[in-house]
Amino acid sequence: MESIQFQKPETVDEAVKLLQGADGDARILAGGTDLLVQLRAHMIDPSVIVDIKSIDETRELKKNADGSYTIGAAVAGAEAHEREDITADWPGVIEAWDLIGSTQIQGRASLGGNLCNASPAGDSVPAMVAAGMTANIAGPDGRRTLPVEEVTAGPGKTNLKKGEFIVSFNLPAKPSNGGDAYLRLIPRTEMDIAVVGCGVALTLDDSGTVTSAKVSLGAVAATVLVVEDAAKAIIGSKLEPEAMSALDAACQAACKPIDDKRGTVEYRTKVAGVLARRAVSIAAERAGKN
Amino acid sequence: MAKHHISMTLNGEPTEFLCSTRQTLLDVLRDELNLTGSKEGCASGDCGACSVMVDDRLVCACLVLGAECDGKTVESIEGMADGENLHPLQQKFLEEAALQCGICTPGVLVAAKALLERNNNPTETEVRYWLAGNLCRCTGYDKIVRAVMSTAADMRENAK
Repeated sequence: MESIQFQKPETVDEAVKLLQGADGDARILAGGTDLLVQLRAHMIDPSVIVDIKSIDETRELKKNADGSYTIGAAVAGAEAHEREDITADWPGVIEAWDLIGSTQIQGRASLGGNLCNASPAGDSVPAMVAAGMTANIAGPDGRRTLPVEEVTAGPGKTNLKKGEFIVSFNLPAKPSNGGDAYLRLIPRTEMDIAVVGCGVALTLDDSGTVTSAKVSLGAVAATVLVVEDAAKAIIGSKLEPEAMSALDAACQAACKPIDDKRGTVEYRTKVAGVLARRAVSIAAERAGKN
Repeated sequence: MAKHHISMTLNGEPTEFLCSTRQTLLDVLRDELNLTGSKEGCASGDCGACSVMVDDRLVCACLVLGAECDGKTVESIEGMADGENLHPLQQKFLEEAALQCGICTPGVLVAAKALLERNNNPTETEVRYWLAGNLCRCTGYDKIVRAVMSTAADMRENAK
């Protein structure tokens, strides 16, 4: 068995150099909840593991002066869930993150890992997309920012180039009269992989009319989906039955799921519409309370 | 590549060991440090039999690399009793027979202790969700949950 190097850089530049200069496959270690399983199952054979947790930027979770948040790529779900400010502002993002795994997994698993593992069913991803989060990426050519929905390229694949890694995320300031929600369907009540996931963020005006919306679906295509027609279906409405039906239909039309043991194409498609209706209702209720 | 020389605090004691990159904290505890209380059930983070605390955070030792632990504070089941004096959870698990084969017990105890240190008045639902990552292959969940609830009640009473 090949021996694997283990590196623990303390700066972003040092990490980029290690990733870029790696002879063979370089893997990033944050929470390790996917990496160690893949290593053990011989699904990957890295030449170097780069533990990014000694880089301060990957571990910070701060609210900025403009109300937005900077969330380090290696922050664990439990650490975010314990923060009252972010949980109050973006309950959908936090509830999606909080659905991933057991207490033990929550203590380690990171947003950066959930995104870059690039499972089509990653629970945090539709909620991050709906909330308009962006990824701050460092690489050999410097820094760049990508919307979360543009990070994944397919199952297990990202659009990050050699030497690049996600340092942190930006979560926008919560809009006034804004609300978000994430719902997923699993066959049991806890610790399972999404059959369908749906993230919604929207804003209302004082009359209760939807003024903006973003609807995102997970586990129904090779990558997370942004369903623009679903957002259009409810913007300008007060979520009357017609608007909700149009939302449901738009979500169903956007689905390109696979048949597997968790659900058939027909089931996933129908559930996507139902979850979107429910998530929109929850997000609107939260928005109305602001 | 040479092995990693790691120094950590384990159950209150400074501890040093050598490990390869592939060795998990669980491998280190069991194979290098001869602490076999933490069990390997699944080695993929599903069963919780290897639950330990790393820097006050409940984790699966099978999903932590030994090499990551330099400078960390680790608590395993071996550190739970104070010498001959069992922790109240351990005592209660014995009194109420909240174990059958015992494989899941060390992990359940470590996880339950972490819960009660945060919340000494959990609801049954909170206990069940908190321990959802600790699988009991004998399916003896009710006794486990009752023992945790009952320990919490004792701890509240003693705190008065």
